[in-house]
Amino acid sequence: MLWFIGRRTAIALPTLVAISFIIFAILDLAPGDPTSHLPLTIPAEVREQIRETMGVNDPFLVKWFLWVKQVMIHEPISLIEQLFNIQIGSGDRTRVISWQSRGPVVETIAERLPQTTWVMGLAFVFGILIAVPVGVISAYKQYSVFDQIGTFISMVGYSVPTFFTGLLAIVIFSVKLGWFPSYYDTTLEVTDWSSFVAQIRQIVLPVGVLSMFNAAALSRFTRSSMLDNLSEDYVRTARSKGLKEKRVLVRHVLRNSLIPVVTLIALQVPGIFAGALITEQIFRINGIGHLLISSIHGGDIPMVQTLSFLIAALTVAFNLVADVVYGILDPRIRYD
Amino acid sequence: MTEMQSHGSSEGVSVIASGAGPRHRSLRGDVWRQFRRHKGALVGLCVFVFVTVASFIGPHLMPYDAVEIDVKMRNLGPSWSHPLGTDNLGRDMVARSMVGGQISLLVAITAMALSVFLGTAIGVLAGFFRRLDGVLMRFTDLFLALPVLPLLLVIIMLFRDSLRSAFGPEQGIFMLIVFIIGVTSWMQTARVVRGEVLSIKQQEFVAAAHSIGTRRRNVIFRHILPNCLSPVMVAAALGMAVAIITESALSFLGLGFPSDFPTWGRLLYDGKDFINLTPMRVVGPGLLISLTVISVNFIGDGLRDALDPKLRSR
Repeated sequence: MLWFIGRRTAIALPTLVAISFIIFAILDLAPGDPTSHLPLTIPAEVREQIRETMGVNDPFLVKWFLWVKQVMIHEPISLIEQLFNIQIGSGDRTRVISWQSRGPVVETIAERLPQTTWVMGLAFVFGILIAVPVGVISAYKQYSVFDQIGTFISMVGYSVPTFFTGLLAIVIFSVKLGWFPSYYDTTLEVTDWSSFVAQIRQIVLPVGVLSMFNAAALSRFTRSSMLDNLSEDYVRTARSKGLKEKRVLVRHVLRNSLIPVVTLIALQVPGIFAGALITEQIFRINGIGHLLISSIHGGDIPMVQTLSFLIAALTVAFNLVADVVYGILDPRIRYD
Repeated sequence: MTEMQSHGSSEGVSVIASGAGPRHRSLRGDVWRQFRRHKGALVGLCVFVFVTVASFIGPHLMPYDAVEIDVKMRNLGPSWSHPLGTDNLGRDMVARSMVGGQISLLVAITAMALSVFLGTAIGVLAGFFRRLDGVLMRFTDLFLALPVLPLLLVIIMLFRDSLRSAFGPEQGIFMLIVFIIGVTSWMQTARVVRGEVLSIKQQEFVAAAHSIGTRRRNVIFRHILPNCLSPVMVAAALGMAVAIITESALSFLGLGFPSDFPTWGRLLYDGKDFINLTPMRVVGPGLLISLTVISVNFIGDGLRDALDPKLRSR
């Protein structure tokens, strides 16, 4: 098992390096000049000197290496320092500084991360809680009315983009009916019963819309995985042993069917952040997605670089997790 | 019950026997027959054809122009003369949705074609040439691990202005969006095609083709590619749905087409600030996007069933 995990990690690391290279290259090769925001009165030779000290003319590989060092070594150390209130080394490190806030990028990200994880994570969990039972029942009663309706709803849920369902939900539930607020207030602190109710009310729309979307694809996947297993010989054997139907379904079929489903769930975790891009825009949640969009509009390259790298690193990490989980759940995978 | 069945089958045999000569059933006819059985796919096809025809022919029949500004008629709700209302400059939303549909569909079709071409090329190369397999599949995995949407946004932010000045505002952004959607969505097709090629390569007719001295290029184009057609067609249908959604998502984030070249996503984006005043401005384009994507997905579903010989023979 250790050998298996080691081998998978060995494949993941070069991927991470390649991704950091691509992200850095896109931003570095893009047109634009770091001295363009300085006054036009600066003479050309002085401007050239400034560019020289900024390292604009360094070879590409040197710049890339320095950036990777900053993001992968300096920033995590600084974050640990801050978290545990200790000092590691001299504490004199170049930080990745945002061009907009003039502060370290990582601090802004750490401020925004809780909102995204809370709302998106909740939607993710609810999506799973809806999808798995629906998928199981659809498969067990294949071609029944429940299955037909479930298929249709999940097809619609999967096809209709969240930026439309979100806006539609706002039109219906907050503009026409006035049941829920149309935006998410991050400053709200839960201190008593009324603020708790307010928190629940403002979270219903984003979480509802997003969990429906998550559930749509996952329930289809659960259904087809269940169907694959229901026709297997071991199910007939289990039934012929005289096991109760519920036990056959839950202990035998469901357990085996959940293997690919768990993998898919692990693969979708980084998608939480990509989904945040749009959802946070609709419901005005000031999380990671909102931060990325506003830095893109503001041309804040260090912030954009760090955020995209963070999302890419998460993607690679969870691909690895999915692989390992699959290996643990299904011993056949380990011997390829 | 058994009696009826045997009766029915004997009648079927006699019908075939009494027909003049062997009844010819082409592959295309078989696929179409199976496709028609999928109700959702058939409805989807009708909706898709209707939306396409309306987008491309509709503007010539409309009494209003998509760019005609009529300030006196601004922010109207739905009425008989303006079924989807008007926007804040008094432009008719039906006319704008039709023009928007043209761009959205063109982007989707071109991006899908690019993505299917890339996916098929890489899939065939990886499946056919064992030496390329490892490299190309690692490459595919790498692309799968890339965070697509953030990267798209970054690329658009950085290259929008230079492309716009080089090719003009519409062409530049069109090429950019088609290119990046195509380049970031070919991976699934490549994987499926590679798997298909690997299994076709082992079959006897390919060995036979090799043994009579067919050139490798001809083996690929004459024998292997035609047999990969069904996964490619399904991938094309699904790829189109993805392309429509991605384009509208980009426009929705304000990083797609400029507002003088409305796409459905852009209309939605422009309409969301007027959601209290004229909700139809959001509902109309949103419904169009959703309807088109649903119908394309259903077409893909139907194609998958129709092209699967195991299902077709039933």
